[in-house]
Amino acid sequence: MSDPCEFHPSRRAVLGTAGALFAWGAIPRTAYAAPRARDARLVVVVLRGALDGLSAVAPLGDPAYADLRPGIALTRDGTGAALPLDGFFALHPALPTFARLYAARQALVVHAAATGYRERSHFDGQDVLESGQPGPGHTASGWLNRLVAALPAGEGIPPRTALGVGVVPPLILRGPAPVLGWAPPRLPRASDEFGRRVLGLYEARDPMLAAALAHGLDVDALAKGGPKEAVAKDPGGLRGLAEGAARLIAADDGPRIAALALDGWDTHANEGGATGRLAGLLGGLDGVFAAFAEILAPRWPDTAILVVTEFGRTARVNGTTGTDHGTGTVAFLLGGAIRGGRVLADWPGLGPAQLRDGRDLAPTTDVRAIAKGLAADLFGLSPAVLAGRVFPGSEGVRPVGGLVA
Amino acid sequence: MTVDPRRTALALGRFGLGARPGDLARGEPVEEALRREILAGTVPLPSGPDLAATPTLLAALQAEEQVRKLAREAGPDVPMPAGPPPPPIQERVYRAEVAARLALAQAAPTGFVERLVWFWANRFTVSAVRGSQLRVGAGAFEREAIRPHVLGRFRDLLLAVATHPAMLIYLDNVASVGPSSPAGQRRGKGLNENLGRELLELHTLGADGGYTQDDVTALARILTGWSVQRDGNAEGLPGSTVFRRGAHEPGAVTLMGRTYLDLGPEQLRLALDDLAGHPATARHVALRLARHFVADDPPPALVARLSQTFLDQDGDLARLALALIDAPEAWDPVQRKVRSPQEFLVAATRGLALPPDPRVVMGALASLGQPFWSAPAPNGYPDEAGAWASPEGLRTRLDVAARAGQLAAGTDPAAFAEAVLGPLATDETRTALRRAESRAQAIALVLMAPEFQRR
Repeated sequence: MSDPCEFHPSRRAVLGTAGALFAWGAIPRTAYAAPRARDARLVVVVLRGALDGLSAVAPLGDPAYADLRPGIALTRDGTGAALPLDGFFALHPALPTFARLYAARQALVVHAAATGYRERSHFDGQDVLESGQPGPGHTASGWLNRLVAALPAGEGIPPRTALGVGVVPPLILRGPAPVLGWAPPRLPRASDEFGRRVLGLYEARDPMLAAALAHGLDVDALAKGGPKEAVAKDPGGLRGLAEGAARLIAADDGPRIAALALDGWDTHANEGGATGRLAGLLGGLDGVFAAFAEILAPRWPDTAILVVTEFGRTARVNGTTGTDHGTGTVAFLLGGAIRGGRVLADWPGLGPAQLRDGRDLAPTTDVRAIAKGLAADLFGLSPAVLAGRVFPGSEGVRPVGGLVA
Repeated sequence: MTVDPRRTALALGRFGLGARPGDLARGEPVEEALRREILAGTVPLPSGPDLAATPTLLAALQAEEQVRKLAREAGPDVPMPAGPPPPPIQERVYRAEVAARLALAQAAPTGFVERLVWFWANRFTVSAVRGSQLRVGAGAFEREAIRPHVLGRFRDLLLAVATHPAMLIYLDNVASVGPSSPAGQRRGKGLNENLGRELLELHTLGADGGYTQDDVTALARILTGWSVQRDGNAEGLPGSTVFRRGAHEPGAVTLMGRTYLDLGPEQLRLALDDLAGHPATARHVALRLARHFVADDPPPALVARLSQTFLDQDGDLARLALALIDAPEAWDPVQRKVRSPQEFLVAATRGLALPPDPRVVMGALASLGQPFWSAPAPNGYPDEAGAWASPEGLRTRLDVAARAGQLAAGTDPAAFAEAVLGPLATDETRTALRRAESRAQAIALVLMAPEFQRR
């Protein structure tokens, strides 16, 4: 305890609690329909705790930026210089993989983005982001699950090739469509024989437990072939998780739609700039990008990864060299299916009169517009389905076109 | 009153930590046993050589980290001591704290009071995953801020929680400084609203409790100056809570329509007293309590009844606990809740009368996603079936149950089922037991039966 105000978590401590992969265990019929139809893979990464978009992608060209953020602002030059994107925006130096993909026109930033939620509670904000509903209080199902349900009926992953599971499914994938999960295993597995006996008991008496266990028992040849070595090197670690997840998604009969939730982005104090707490978190995220790009390489032209967070953080640094809950932030898109190399931003500015409530980056792009545009171009979902079922009440939020290459 | 063993089995799962051998055969109505635990008014305090007061623990951590830093700086020329290095103090203390909780849970008569401790510690989460200070201090927080008030008044619990060093560190208040205070002016520091926001959203009124951003800022101002002592001096030991007047934002503050004069530390106490007695807080507490014990989606009549008790009894948490077991809605014969991993493992070790090996239980809790005091965010671990009865969650429970069955293979499965399930055991479970291929498997089947997984 060198200083009670300081807090130096290891990356493991911050990200070790992070997450698990959850995926839809069926293949959409479109995957087989026409030989030339795209067999797309969509992965949504949810960053919980509110990512500081102004540090992840810094508006170095905004005259107010540096003065708002003494102690944490990124710079164009010197050690830890931000990675240039387009002259106005620059990328945090802990994201080199993303920068490489951006240069290859396979990564895109959406700035000044937010959901429709305008309060500042993490938990309500996460519910809105993940449920896809216009406001908090709807936690029965998530938008990605409803998107799956809206796709043409699929075929289940054949028996013996389904996935192990993760412990707490994120809201974004909860709902009527069947979901599988996977997390690196830590205990020796019980025998399949015992599992079948317990399942028999549940089928007779407890449909809810039966459904969950049935999915859990579909232990997978895919996961057995791949992730074990990765896990052995870094048990419970983020890299092992990402590699295992990527292997499952990369398989021919792997899930087409998946979600990964990463905790720990709530940087109220000692956020750091080019190095420090947020830099460590972003470095972990960049490692996830690298694992996906490497292992999904054969599928990369048909892969889209969307990275979103519940809201942004205050434009001004707070009294403790961190940032408090705000509004506008960034979303990332990457993958071979993305028409990248661009920052999409109707930039509101950081001047005193331009900040929302005098404190937050004003949002100018609705993340639902991005998600809807992606879903329309990847899976051919109509505006009516997107506004009716996937993002109810979003008729006024027009899908952003041209995101997909 | 006649004793109904079915009711006993139900209640020991729902309100307690699960039946031990012999518990279902007792001649006393289970309501009486539950009531007696509450009316005794004492909350057991864990103890042990490593379970020191927070300032002692934080000071020892500071000293040990200093020594380690010096050793690193001394470089490789200094000979290393033989053998593996001892675990750092935060690991040693965390393990000792958890081991002490497992021992208390194993010994508790019904476990109702321990369940209340778990419930409140989760409602007021400080997370041991947030660095060494919290790893060493999370158990002390539970001993010092939660246990003494679990059968007392909510407002005392709230004040103890909000001003405990662990909470001040976890939600960043140690660094929050009044911008107009002398320290703020001198050092150019200012507010951090993390604790102020979570006190309103999670700890008192609830997200729909009718507060605004201005109220969050107001409470953050009131909280300025509440920090943790860095070096020992006249104000207190290092690692103890301190109110630094020089960092406190001067002036009156309006919070939820009431104005609080700048009376120094009293300003916070008055503000928290009012928040503790607010009707929105009563509703929020009632909903969380009913959701935890009775059903994910609890009967509105139960929530209303508990909320009214909270207001009528001035936040008396013992009265609230009694109101819960007096409510007919709380005795629904359907087991609606899925046991959390902690509840599942403790019910297993109690039912099997297996002295819990802390290392094994902690490993299993990590696999199941619920290590003690380690929720990923300040809203604590989830309290809904969907979170725990997930495919991987149940798959991992199978592994845990299989392991427990092997460890307890000397136990007679039929007697075990009778002891923990009693009349709750279904015909299907009894049949599955008879057909099990080994004792170990039969015991594991009881642990995985719906009647044991639910409460």
